[in-house]
Amino acid sequence: MTVVREGRKAPEKRQMPGGRKAPEKRQMPGGREVPEEQQMPGGREASEEQQMPEGRQASEEPDELYERLKAFEGRAAATAGTGKDPVNEPMIRHWCEAMGDTNPAYAGPDAVAPPTMLQAWTMGGLSGHTDRSAAYEELFGLLDGAGCTSVVATDCEQEYLRPLRPGDLITFDAVIESVSERKTTKLGTGYFVTTRMDVRADGEPAGTHRFRILKYAPAAPKRAAERGGRSLRPRPVINRDNAGFWQGVAEHRLLIQRCGDCAALRFPWLPGCNACGCQEWDTVEASGEGAVFSQVVMHHPPFPAFGADGAGGPYAVALIELAEGVRMVSNVVGVPYDKVRIGMPVRLEFLRTDDELELPVFRGGEG
Amino acid sequence: MKVKAGDELAPLEIAVTRTLIVAGAIASRDYQDVHHDAELAREKGSPDIFMNILTTNGLVGRYVTDRLGPLAVLRKVAIRLGAPNYPGDTMVLSGTVNAVADDGTAEVKVVGANGLGRHVTGTVTVGLSRGAA
Repeated sequence: MTVVREGRKAPEKRQMPGGRKAPEKRQMPGGREVPEEQQMPGGREASEEQQMPEGRQASEEPDELYERLKAFEGRAAATAGTGKDPVNEPMIRHWCEAMGDTNPAYAGPDAVAPPTMLQAWTMGGLSGHTDRSAAYEELFGLLDGAGCTSVVATDCEQEYLRPLRPGDLITFDAVIESVSERKTTKLGTGYFVTTRMDVRADGEPAGTHRFRILKYAPAAPKRAAERGGRSLRPRPVINRDNAGFWQGVAEHRLLIQRCGDCAALRFPWLPGCNACGCQEWDTVEASGEGAVFSQVVMHHPPFPAFGADGAGGPYAVALIELAEGVRMVSNVVGVPYDKVRIGMPVRLEFLRTDDELELPVFRGGEG
Repeated sequence: MKVKAGDELAPLEIAVTRTLIVAGAIASRDYQDVHHDAELAREKGSPDIFMNILTTNGLVGRYVTDRLGPLAVLRKVAIRLGAPNYPGDTMVLSGTVNAVADDGTAEVKVVGANGLGRHVTGTVTVGLSRGAA
């Protein structure tokens, strides 16, 4: 990952394709050893991950910032930019040496530039760029001001319309093509900004370059860090409909609801009967006997509170079928995560995870 | 070179050395410190320097034209980045021909996998004969 937090002091980093340099700098997250907040699960494709459902709208609240950002769509990101050097053999050769590209088309008297150099001709280099528009600066200023100070590049799409040859003078214009709604990703919450650059050579269209970045506020540091390294399991949401269940847990009794009319058992707790709709109910205490009905192993992302050793997994999540016939999701303890099997007999016990939380879990394995 | 849908291109292993990362960044005129200065990269939360997207783009283009022969010409390259390329890793590029069109262009799906996962996935459209527009 590699995401880099940056502030305004390093303006080049957030440049857009529209500008002379691009924000390509920050690639995607993905590595295991990267700091968690920057990490993407399993090295999956970042933007895919970022666009996953959880990355849908960050909240239901109206997003006033989005309305302001959206107003930038269609505005110029760079106008009448010029390449610092004409297309030239030395830069082509350096590129080919770096890439290990020995394509004969890129050398000799009739050489053309590797098409993938398109963006390179528009880069500002060490001396920076001067072609970004006021609108572009303003858009990024708004995002920075909203805490979206980090950038990660997600996509680059180029189309090549004509070969570039030594001597061609490069000019370009870029437009802010789209700004996404607010998205919450593994990296943090922010906005995808897509720019499109039209590159010309000696005034003729030579190619287009579309670039997408996520500009985001890094996710808050893990709570564990704030608690001095201790990571706690999430708290249950207790309400009128399930308070009786948690009261039972406190007394080390696993209570199942029973319909007051048809006597059907149900779990988890609900106000009405699934079978007949009756809202009258009482409870029966589970015997504690059960078996694994189904199970999955959680590998990633790691949640330290869920690992027996604090490592955060892998750990098994099981659907337990109680002897009474209802099923509940829980953890299986006493068995390595990779030894939990469907059909394995288990027995209820109560696990105190921290000072304030006790949970029903199931011990498996013996016999 | 005869190309048809479903053809798989022979993989290409790229040793992701520190030298390649730096050479690619400088050749693409990208002087972001995270592509050449490990200490500054770490300060910004990355475990090391990492390859810039322009180098990835260049390698993907090279891979396809290497495999399809000297008459192949790149028309479009569209990539999406995933797991970063850090020094010491190896990226294996592989490709499959999705389709060959009547106009003499082929569409190739490319994946570059490293030790962390997929560094890049993309689609490359290539003209199969230099004369074809």
